Amino acid sequence: MTGSESGTAGFGTGGNALGRDNYLNHERGVRSWLLTRDHKRIGVMYLVAILSSFFLGGIFAELIRTKLWTPGNSPLMTANTYDQMFTLHGAIMIFLFVIPGIPASLGNFVLPLMLGAQDVAFPRLNLASFYFWIGGAALALISMVTGAVDTGWTFYTPYSTTTNSNVILMVAGVFVLGFSSIFTGLNFVVTIHKLRPAGMTWFRMPLFLWGIYGTAIIQILATPVLGITLLLLIAERALGIGIFDPALGGDPVLFQHFFWFYSHPAVYIMILPAMGVISELVSVFSRKHIFGYSFIALSSIAIAVLSFLVWGHHMFVAGQSTLSSMIFSFLTFMVAIPSAVKVFNWLATMYKGSIWLATPMLYVLSFLFLFGIGGLTGLFLGALAVDVHLHDTYFVVAHFHYVMFGGTVIAFLGGLHYWWPKMFGRMYSEFWGRIGALLVFVGFNTTFFTQFVMGSHGAPRRSYHYQMQFEPYHRLSTIGAYILGFGFLVIAAYLVHSLFRGRPAPANPWGGATLEWRTSSPPPHDNFAVTPEAGDPYDVEAWRWDGAIGGYVQREPAPQPASP
Amino acid sequence: MADTRTHAVAHHFDDAEQQREAGKLGMWIFLATEILLFGGLFCAYAVYRSNHPEVFIYAHRFLDPSLGALNTAVLICSSFTMALAVRAAQLGRRRQLVGLLGATIALAVCFLGVKGIEYERKWKEGLLWGARFHAKLAPAPPALPQTLPPVPPAEGEERSLIPPAATGPSGLARPGRAEVAEGAQGPPHDVQMFFAVYFMMTGLHGVHVIVGIVLLGWMMVRARRGEFGPEYATPVDLAGLYWHLVDLIWIFLFPLLYLIR
Repeated sequence: MTGSESGTAGFGTGGNALGRDNYLNHERGVRSWLLTRDHKRIGVMYLVAILSSFFLGGIFAELIRTKLWTPGNSPLMTANTYDQMFTLHGAIMIFLFVIPGIPASLGNFVLPLMLGAQDVAFPRLNLASFYFWIGGAALALISMVTGAVDTGWTFYTPYSTTTNSNVILMVAGVFVLGFSSIFTGLNFVVTIHKLRPAGMTWFRMPLFLWGIYGTAIIQILATPVLGITLLLLIAERALGIGIFDPALGGDPVLFQHFFWFYSHPAVYIMILPAMGVISELVSVFSRKHIFGYSFIALSSIAIAVLSFLVWGHHMFVAGQSTLSSMIFSFLTFMVAIPSAVKVFNWLATMYKGSIWLATPMLYVLSFLFLFGIGGLTGLFLGALAVDVHLHDTYFVVAHFHYVMFGGTVIAFLGGLHYWWPKMFGRMYSEFWGRIGALLVFVGFNTTFFTQFVMGSHGAPRRSYHYQMQFEPYHRLSTIGAYILGFGFLVIAAYLVHSLFRGRPAPANPWGGATLEWRTSSPPPHDNFAVTPEAGDPYDVEAWRWDGAIGGYVQREPAPQPASP
Repeated sequence: MADTRTHAVAHHFDDAEQQREAGKLGMWIFLATEILLFGGLFCAYAVYRSNHPEVFIYAHRFLDPSLGALNTAVLICSSFTMALAVRAAQLGRRRQLVGLLGATIALAVCFLGVKGIEYERKWKEGLLWGARFHAKLAPAPPALPQTLPPVPPAEGEERSLIPPAATGPSGLARPGRAEVAEGAQGPPHDVQMFFAVYFMMTGLHGVHVIVGIVLLGWMMVRARRGEFGPEYATPVDLAGLYWHLVDLIWIFLFPLLYLIR
């Protein structure tokens, strides 16, 4: 195995393995991919799968925005089709893209590498989790052609039990996707507990792993509750058990409680790994040790814990008692504390660093800006009186897009650009990378900041018709959506181009100090020829730029005493 | 590395001990997800029982506590044989292991048989869930007060026209607590609610029993091939953990559904 060269010469020198044995060419043929247990290949398959669903969900979004160019009836789609469109946009984006997004694709690829391990704890379960995803996605797609759901992605009763669209199939798909999510989370928790290398204590783990760990805990504890909720919904529709049917003594609001008990923590399933990515990137591209490591690490856990206690803030106007609304409101404000702890620590990391505005760093800056807006507008919605006005307006739509898109998707893009050379052994065009990041940033703000303004004027969300006074806002928002879509096309184009024509990547193009940069790009099948010893994951100053290879190499360990 | 027969340590583990530990931790986490899955139903039970205590007190009499007690005993016995099976696997006693796994499966089938008898009775009497409920309950139900709690008059200081949220919007579930004295006037409203909860909880538990039977059957096949021994008994151990959880959940279901006072 030629991987041994890169391992021992290792520590960043040499490093490109495109011509040699690596995980991409270790075995050949479609079968070797479909039945692989290699976490790197599973990560890549997940990446392709979730990007495909992102594309599909994006098409729906562009269609919705195109309809909203005019306030009245549209030849593009009927009101009913519009309901189906926004439901599918939401359901696909949430369940197929954002929830599995970072953990299943980037996490699967990077987590064992960061641990210096050869694989996750249960490689077969990992593959099974991917096929559960495929199964769930297939059920959802079948439901789209046999009577697309028009309930909104939340499947609220009693409408979801009475509409004649194919709710059962869609809900069954989401149920199956839940298994995928649980198995991924379970795998990651066991891997982090049991496969850490010598020298890596909990507080010397890369912060991305802390983020993934917090996510996995939520996936494990919250997803089963969604599972039982969806089972009850299926039983309600198929058998008429009446648990959510007031005519039979049931309570539809109970569905909302159950649903949000999962779906609020699910928001943190989306954001925690994103915060983990940002923690990695901000240190590497500021060429400076991360500031406040243990605060960032523990705030991930604090967010995970608090996430289970705030679901009631989705139900301030759903007939919840005033007392519980007040408690939920208070707890919602509490989430701001660990979130702000992270943001301030990232800013402090950048302070006096030598900031390198490479593409991943542009996404970090976008994240800080957009997540800041998204997080702070969350406080508006968490305030009881304000929420009564803003509930079900475009303000809410803008808020959660700022958090989920401006937070998670931006961090996902940052992470994708950061680990792309490691995954495929090629560099993308830095020039077009920056153009892409700029287009996404401008397009996103044009689309959604407008919606904050519109929502604060009371424009109701999810409606096919709207009043004339909102037309300028809607038009601006639609133009933004086109810019955003164009930005994504640019990104897709140069990334695909780089796969074939990109400059071969060195082992460590960015100067990261975590373990994945100590193996070749792309890594060999077994990840490391020699298990690396873990040191400080943010000792980025121990790496220096080497113009000859276009990447970073480790400085000579000069001042260290001779090994005993 | 010690000989582990057909089951070498997977390449990404350092040794058999690490592999075993990882397997156990994974299983415990999976069991946590199972508890949360049932947790939703226990939560629904708590909500409806506290909202409609009269329904639960009235309707639980239609369940047969002696059959329930029998099933409890059957499952506890099966947990015992399962625990012995794990021991036999760890000691490498192949024939004893196969026999004990067979006994556990037999007890599980017995449990499902008794459950089947109970379900059949309910089916015949029409004591079913929600929309399917069509039992003729003995005396005609008296007219129950249908009045919703009045919206408290707005006080002088109160500016909002929105009624206080605590009363709940009208049109939701009927407010419960229609007093029904023990054995007095007749059946309360919404008896079907109890059976919806009953069938969901016991049904989901039954599905888990069936999964357990399949799992134990697979263990039996592997045990016959002689795959387990002192060095490698983790799968039997993990199947045992799952089976004990299934047993444990029933131990909660039995008093909650059959023994209400």
